[in-house]
Amino acid sequence: MSTEDGRSFDLDRAWRLDERVSIRPERFGALLYHFGTRRLSFLKSRQLLDVVRGLAEQPTARAACVQAGVRDAELPRYRAALAALAASRMIRPRSA
Amino acid sequence: MDEHVAVVAEAVDSTRPQVPGQDATEREPELVDELLVEEVSIDGMCGVY
Amino acid sequence: MSHVDTGRAAGQRLVEHFECGLDAPICLTWELTYACNLSCVHCLSSSGRRDPRELSTAECTALIDELERMQVFYVNIGGGEPTVRPDFWDLVDYATAHRVGVKFSTNGVKITPEIAQRLAGSDYVDVQVSLDGATEEVNDAVRGPGAYRTALRAMEHLAAAGFVGFKVSVVVTRHNVGQLDAFQAIADRYRAQLRLTRLRPSGRGADVWDELHPTAAQQRALYEWLLAHGEQVLTGDSFFHLAGYGESLPGLNLCGAGRVVCLIDPVGDVYACPFAIHDSFLAGNVRADGGFARVWRESALFADLRRPHGGGACSACSAYDACRGGCMAAKFFTGLPLDGPDPECVRGHGEAALATVAAGSAPRPSSDHSHRTGPVPVTIGRRRPPERACDENPLAGFALPVR
Repeated sequence: MSTEDGRSFDLDRAWRLDERVSIRPERFGALLYHFGTRRLSFLKSRQLLDVVRGLAEQPTARAACVQAGVRDAELPRYRAALAALAASRMIRPRSA
Repeated sequence: MDEHVAVVAEAVDSTRPQVPGQDATEREPELVDELLVEEVSIDGMCGVY
Repeated sequence: MSHVDTGRAAGQRLVEHFECGLDAPICLTWELTYACNLSCVHCLSSSGRRDPRELSTAECTALIDELERMQVFYVNIGGGEPTVRPDFWDLVDYATAHRVGVKFSTNGVKITPEIAQRLAGSDYVDVQVSLDGATEEVNDAVRGPGAYRTALRAMEHLAAAGFVGFKVSVVVTRHNVGQLDAFQAIADRYRAQLRLTRLRPSGRGADVWDELHPTAAQQRALYEWLLAHGEQVLTGDSFFHLAGYGESLPGLNLCGAGRVVCLIDPVGDVYACPFAIHDSFLAGNVRADGGFARVWRESALFADLRRPHGGGACSACSAYDACRGGCMAAKFFTGLPLDGPDPECVRGHGEAALATVAAGSAPRPSSDHSHRTGPVPVTIGRRRPPERACDENPLAGFALPVR
């Protein structure tokens, strides 16, 4: 078991969804399934789904959060969520 | 092939942000840490043999 | 903060969402054929003889297309023995080419070195080999002579082909519950992952459940063993009724039947789950207008399962929040009411309830595809006569692989 400290996730990098991940929007947010790891992640808000979907197009994760309407006070919570997704390899750093 | 990494995502901020777009049933004031992500193995659902 | 604690706290809300059902299953079991080369005494699908009404290859690919549209992530293809269908490998390829992940359950009979190589090369196919004894004696008492060797041979081939992490899946019984460390050793030897699942009184399991299900003391020991092994050992969430002991095991701890999972059987019937093959849990058929999607979204049975149900007789119990009243299939096939305790309730309420069930009054499986010949090692079953008059040989043209 590993514990990700939300503060160590770099919001100011470029990120993207792993290409082996399938997204399924739901009423409560979304389901993410990673075909490689066979792990299922539940995103518990539509706003987080918007952040994740915006990652590939935005220069940084922070920009994706802003674009999705995440307010400053909420950023730590979203950073923690993104850290969890990175730890389970749902999202990964983008080279470009 | 499978890595069973249990992930804990903790909200560092102790304030309770109102997340626009979520309906009231998704806010539970009695939880100290509200996780926006939860993870489980695809094997973690009963009814599949 | 342990992942189990946060899982339970956050999972309460998720459980509420899932208990209301989703627009599509997350994953499901697809029994491809009732044909099987074995006659395991506890077979939950009463398999053996092929049903002549089986879905055709075209109907199967059409179903896969539907699952893709619905974004069902993952199907567990079982049976019977799914690999005895001549189109099995084509269907697996079709599914994975259409973004539907596949795990298939097998007794290992067709896992040759060549097949193992093919499987090792695919990222989207997982294999689950069934084993119910860590020794030949214990295994074959339930699965028949030769079954142990077939399973281990398959595991050797998979390991030799470099397939890391295939599943060794065990149904826990009174006779193998003392072999858990040995099962783990077998899994380790072949670089596989161990999976322990619950014996249910379903299919032929109804006939042997009394003799084979773990005792209360064994159940407790199993629970402790599972806790100690954490996420290293899979369970298919099949022991969520044990959450009544205290700490919950990894998984959603939720009955997914008709809510996030279901069964599609070889003739296209859709049931709430593979442990509930009975008319009472039949939601519809994929051959009807609207296909599988309509059954999932509109069937009266699933709508009923997705409505909030109180705990009934269990609601006053302090364990109810954790155990949710246990498994409805286990209750149904032991003749217990669905709004009362699980037959293996950790508080002992199920045992008390069972004592009041009139002998012979428990529901019988709706169909029986068992082979008509061959000994049943454990007990003479009270199985009713098979409903089909035809006597097809499901293995026509099939030859055992040469070592």
